[in-house]
Amino acid sequence: MRQPPIIRMLPDQRRLHLHDGPIDLIVEAFGSRAEIRTAYEAAARRFLTILDELCAELPLLRSPAGTNGVTPRGVVARRMADAVGPFAAQHFITPMAAVAGAVAEEILGAMTTAANLSRAYVNNGGDIALHLAAGESFQIGMIERPDRPSLFGSIKLHASQPTRGIATSGWRGRSFSLGIADAVTVLAERAAMADAAATIIANEVDLPNHPAIVRVPAREIAPDNDLGERLVTRAVGELTPGEIVQALHSGVVVARQLLSRGLIYAVAFRLQGQSRVEPQALRMMTLIHHPDAESVGSVLHV
Amino acid sequence: MPSAGELPVVDTIRCDACPVLCYIKRGNAGACDRYANHEGQLVRVDPHIVLDRAKTQGTPLVPFLDREREWDGNLVKDSETFITAIGAGTTYPDYKPAPFIVSSEVEGVDMVTVVTEGIFSYCGVKLKIDTDRHLGPECNLVRAQGEPVGHVTTGEYGSQMLSLGGVRHLTGGTKSEGRVTCETLLNLSNRKEVELTIDEGATVVVAAGKPPVVNNQREERMRVGCGSATIGMFAKQWFGKVDDVIVVDDHITGVLSEHQAGKLLGVRDTGIRINGRRSTAGRYFQVAQPGSGWGGTNISDPLTILKPFKPGIAWPRLRLLMVSTTGEQYAYFELDDNLRPVEKELPSQLTESVQRIRENCEPALTTVLFMGGAGGSLRSGVTENPVKLTRSVRDNFTRVTCGGAPVYIWPGGGITFMVDVSCMPENAFGYVPTPALVAPIEFTLKKEDYAALGGHMDYVRTLSSLMEEKNRQRQVSSLPQNPWPLQPAAPRSSQE
Repeated sequence: MRQPPIIRMLPDQRRLHLHDGPIDLIVEAFGSRAEIRTAYEAAARRFLTILDELCAELPLLRSPAGTNGVTPRGVVARRMADAVGPFAAQHFITPMAAVAGAVAEEILGAMTTAANLSRAYVNNGGDIALHLAAGESFQIGMIERPDRPSLFGSIKLHASQPTRGIATSGWRGRSFSLGIADAVTVLAERAAMADAAATIIANEVDLPNHPAIVRVPAREIAPDNDLGERLVTRAVGELTPGEIVQALHSGVVVARQLLSRGLIYAVAFRLQGQSRVEPQALRMMTLIHHPDAESVGSVLHV
Repeated sequence: MPSAGELPVVDTIRCDACPVLCYIKRGNAGACDRYANHEGQLVRVDPHIVLDRAKTQGTPLVPFLDREREWDGNLVKDSETFITAIGAGTTYPDYKPAPFIVSSEVEGVDMVTVVTEGIFSYCGVKLKIDTDRHLGPECNLVRAQGEPVGHVTTGEYGSQMLSLGGVRHLTGGTKSEGRVTCETLLNLSNRKEVELTIDEGATVVVAAGKPPVVNNQREERMRVGCGSATIGMFAKQWFGKVDDVIVVDDHITGVLSEHQAGKLLGVRDTGIRINGRRSTAGRYFQVAQPGSGWGGTNISDPLTILKPFKPGIAWPRLRLLMVSTTGEQYAYFELDDNLRPVEKELPSQLTESVQRIRENCEPALTTVLFMGGAGGSLRSGVTENPVKLTRSVRDNFTRVTCGGAPVYIWPGGGITFMVDVSCMPENAFGYVPTPALVAPIEFTLKKEDYAALGGHMDYVRTLSSLMEEKNRQRQVSSLPQNPWPLQPAAPRSSQE
């Protein structure tokens, strides 16, 4: 039976928790007490119908982008379609690849429209939409697997920089990946774009036909998944340093294309303890090297 | 997008917990990672809830949602951590050992807690709705979404009891009746709001621990007592300030001048006569019809229950106070020369007594007790000889808790228990589409007693080994009013 959405404050009394079906958002706004309250009320109000809106056109959102010429009706659904559109010509992608980022953006938009905030973020399971008023900044940490929260890198974001969306994709995450990256973290202007781009790049970090990689048709695990019969990664055995470099390289090639098209601003890769950042001269992403570092699961605000 | 015609295949179920309506294959979870297909049953796989006593004193129950970040890295202290069955899952069919059998040392005593989620086809909730308003005739059906889910049972002190669920509504009626009953029980048990309508009666909106809403009217307070009891309580405060008082109550209306309390104080006869059936001196039944007016009657004008005063006994300017059992309604009258009551403003000397009736009324609440039978097959997950568990519970060797909350075990056969859902962590209940409710249940006993009753000793794990899987756990504080489930004092040992 339909479980009602959960809308409540976390025990710290600062952050708002919004949960409905597969959507799970951690929200925090900064500003005056009254503005924060207004923002949270706006977020909660917007949140109430968002899942139902998406589910109303789920079959369309699960079909490959740009194939049928039909434009989704919902505002979040349209944002998803717009975010994956630039990739449709060269890659298999469905609007679902941008759902987490698009939802985060929508809730952030509801808050910043309703209230005057200095900063705000909506974290949708690692896909984050950010708001920064002039002069403000966020320090973002990139962490190892969520069950072992240890930083492998950090990002300092200033209001003067254009990034307002961060997303992470990888085979260990909640969504399926066609690639073997533990995590690919992308910075982009908007969260939906970051989400779609992270999916595309993570899919490319791969070693086709490698015997240590276990792949299963997506449909065998989730019968209604948008990836259908495509093989998704379920396990990755130990790789040699050379193989890791090779796999990362395939991802870097695609990442550079997206960077040069201006679709994204930066990417961090993580595969079996190896990290890499594109563009390499980038200062705002700092990597911390752990000898025993394992993998990256998601990104959190610190 | 696979076409609908190919689905569902065998072993695949469709989850209806949210509008995504995932098809979930056996052994997998849906898109949310919270609902999964376990052996063809839809089960919740929320992280396991651990009650943490160290954080108890004075702290309200707070689920630690950000489980991996909230973990403070403290070492586990056996006596202060209790694993609840919430989210533990089940090992249906139950001949397999329970999902978690945990040993811990508490004040030098080795204890074992068997932790499982039971699938209850035999279960229901008992509702106590604090109201004087007439909710509907006894035995009439209570409906949710038009489906029968229970019935009106006894009227009790200041409240009406409803009994919902039970195996007949869950499995004995139509498919839709079973589904709606299950949903109603689940929501009430998880302290959510539910709208119920009673045949030939009221529509109520109820949630555990919240004031009931009867026909769109929120019930604020419980009555101070029945009409007769109110006379007894306040007779002294009225004496001398007013000549007679009627406390209007659908069950027992009280009349001061006739009541024993008035007689003892020497209140003079007033020649008052009222409708209804006189029970004993100054106590009247059925002065009007039940309803949502004064004191649970259907009246809005109190004078309608009065008959003409007896001439020769009543006197002009006789002062009469009429008040309801909650003090929410009141009126003051004086008799004119023809001995007819004329409404006047309430004199200030009586305001206080009316106010005091109101002050003495407790907040009206709905309370929900979940009732379930754990005497069936789930006992096999605890021991190979199930009746030994029943006896051990009955003899107080084994303590039963429900999500860490204390339960009342009904005397007689089986392990039929009741638990106040407001004492449990929130969202402790789940369901399976059978339909049946999934409720946490824990059995705690001394390790030596567990061995003696044929427990699955090979499956006993230490608490600290379990706590290493902290990413799959959620820590919550225990409620201060609950006894600590691991307190070794209560379960006596058979060895003693």
